[in-house]
Amino acid sequence: MSPLLPRLLRGLGADGASIGLPAHLDLWGPLPDTRRGGLVDDVADAGLRGHGGAWFPAATKWRAVAGAGGRPVVVANGAEGEPASAKDALLLERLPHLVLDGAVAAARALRAEHVIVFAPARRRPRLIEAIEARRRSAADGVSIELAVAPDRFVAGQETAVVSYLNGRSGLPTFARFHPVWRSGVGGAPTLLHNAETLAHVALIARFGSEWYRQAGRPDAPGTVLLTVTGVDGAPSVVETQKGALLGAVVGGIDRQRCRAVLLGGYGGTWVDPDTASRLPVTEEAARAVGATFGAGIVAMLPHDRCPLAETARIARYLDQEKADQCGPCVRGLSGMVAELDGLAFGARRAGDAARRLGQLCDLVEGRGACRHPDGAARLVRSALRIFADEVLQHQQRGPCPESRAPGWLPTGDEAPRHVRSGNGAIRPGATGALTSRSRK
Amino acid sequence: MRRRVQVVVVDPVACDGHGVCAELLPEMISLDPWGYPIVSPEPVPFGLDREANRAVASCPRLALHLLDAPDGVQAAAPPPRTASRS
Ligand SMILES: Cc1cc2nc3c(=O)[nH]c(=O)nc-3n(C[C@H](O)[C@H](O)[C@H](O)COP(=O)(O)O)c2cc1C
Ligand code: SF4
Ligand code: SF4
Repeated sequence: MSPLLPRLLRGLGADGASIGLPAHLDLWGPLPDTRRGGLVDDVADAGLRGHGGAWFPAATKWRAVAGAGGRPVVVANGAEGEPASAKDALLLERLPHLVLDGAVAAARALRAEHVIVFAPARRRPRLIEAIEARRRSAADGVSIELAVAPDRFVAGQETAVVSYLNGRSGLPTFARFHPVWRSGVGGAPTLLHNAETLAHVALIARFGSEWYRQAGRPDAPGTVLLTVTGVDGAPSVVETQKGALLGAVVGGIDRQRCRAVLLGGYGGTWVDPDTASRLPVTEEAARAVGATFGAGIVAMLPHDRCPLAETARIARYLDQEKADQCGPCVRGLSGMVAELDGLAFGARRAGDAARRLGQLCDLVEGRGACRHPDGAARLVRSALRIFADEVLQHQQRGPCPESRAPGWLPTGDEAPRHVRSGNGAIRPGATGALTSRSRK
Repeated sequence: MRRRVQVVVVDPVACDGHGVCAELLPEMISLDPWGYPIVSPEPVPFGLDREANRAVASCPRLALHLLDAPDGVQAAAPPPRTASRS
């Protein structure tokens, strides 16, 4: 088994078709029986981290679930509420058995009997087909169920997922007393992973941790899916070894054409193009420059757009998408939007919006039931840091001409976009559906 | 017997900013500009257990909780009551 790229995306056909169960098994071989344990250690030795945004060590979670007592449930999180992300859609639409293999392998290793796939309605036809095929083959020994995720940004937050699966609001809950690994779906210990994390598990179960570590660097092993939106606004999903330089991975970041790079998505950070170019694709490297890769989002703001206007639009989206439950988040995010709107689009104002924005960030961080406000604060802080010159100019001379250009990244109302997948194949029919998001 | 070391946490979903807690436990809880509590992450200091328990019991939304602190966390002596009110 070659460790080289592509790994996860190896099964992608050039025609954009979804890979069925027989072809999947031809490519990867049967899923080994992981019932006797050992997979937890392999996941630990591999150094696998969660790909849902927080980069939390997967094995730590598995051990917590295993130690919680009772029969666990495994949840594959394919909600992908982040508009600038398309990797989970690609996996679930075109490589669904990789994700299902990972969930089944995890379930077997943890003695769970039940797997739930949590994904938006537009993923339904393909997933039902895949789950049916597995049911017919009867090889899994666990039941797989599909749950349709609500179409909203916070739906994929782990306590929101569990709330929804338990028949409640589907909004985040304060989980200090009952973390999902101890008390999740139906009160059972719940292993909840991002779809991509489980796809990696499918291959670790087959080829082991040493094989996994052949890609990437010793301190950042493996590969990662990035959703890259170029200055042309077209997103594509690419797989890279960790540690590769971002500039090389995305085919160069041209300072003349790109004003700034959004790393980690709407709750992520703006990074200047040169820093982004030289950045190794590892979460540690991103954090060292005050950024995050989050769920693997890289978006290049074109040079003819106003970064403050774009930040204001994204903040407005995050404000609309908050769950309206926690005072500091409710008040703080709408305060940020007012300040950013004034700064980006308002008339000339001498006021010190930057200072007030900093205060609002201080006031929301760590004070919600979920990390949604922390993401908004991270985005705003990075904008104030990276776009200090633009802030000054807006404050002194009013909005720049570029701020009148239409929004660039999707913030809810625009038409579906086409997504190029891993090997560059374009298939508008299927891929248009990959990122089209309807507002709730 | 060793005294239990505890921290105060607020459930932001349940809390509606009554502010009763900040009145009863000003050493550990202040209010933000919107009236929502900002709770000190430090363990409840010696001598303030009674006040902390009273604040928890008095929250009309049952949003305030005492949690056992992780092992190894030590409680400090309390700040003087008057100083923190200023
Ligand atoms: C506001 C918010 C939205 C989130 N949405 C998603 C999502 O759509 N999909 C996802 O996998 N994780 C999402 N997460 C992260 C999950 O809470 C959770 O950490 C993750 O699914 C765990 O999987 P991992 O360990 O494989 O990363 C979100 C978190 C927050 C705070
Ligand atoms: S922090 Fe914000 S988004 Fe998260 S649950 Fe509270 S109100 Fe909703
Ligand atoms: S008393 Fe309870 S509801 Fe009121 S502010 Fe304090 S925690 Fe919130």
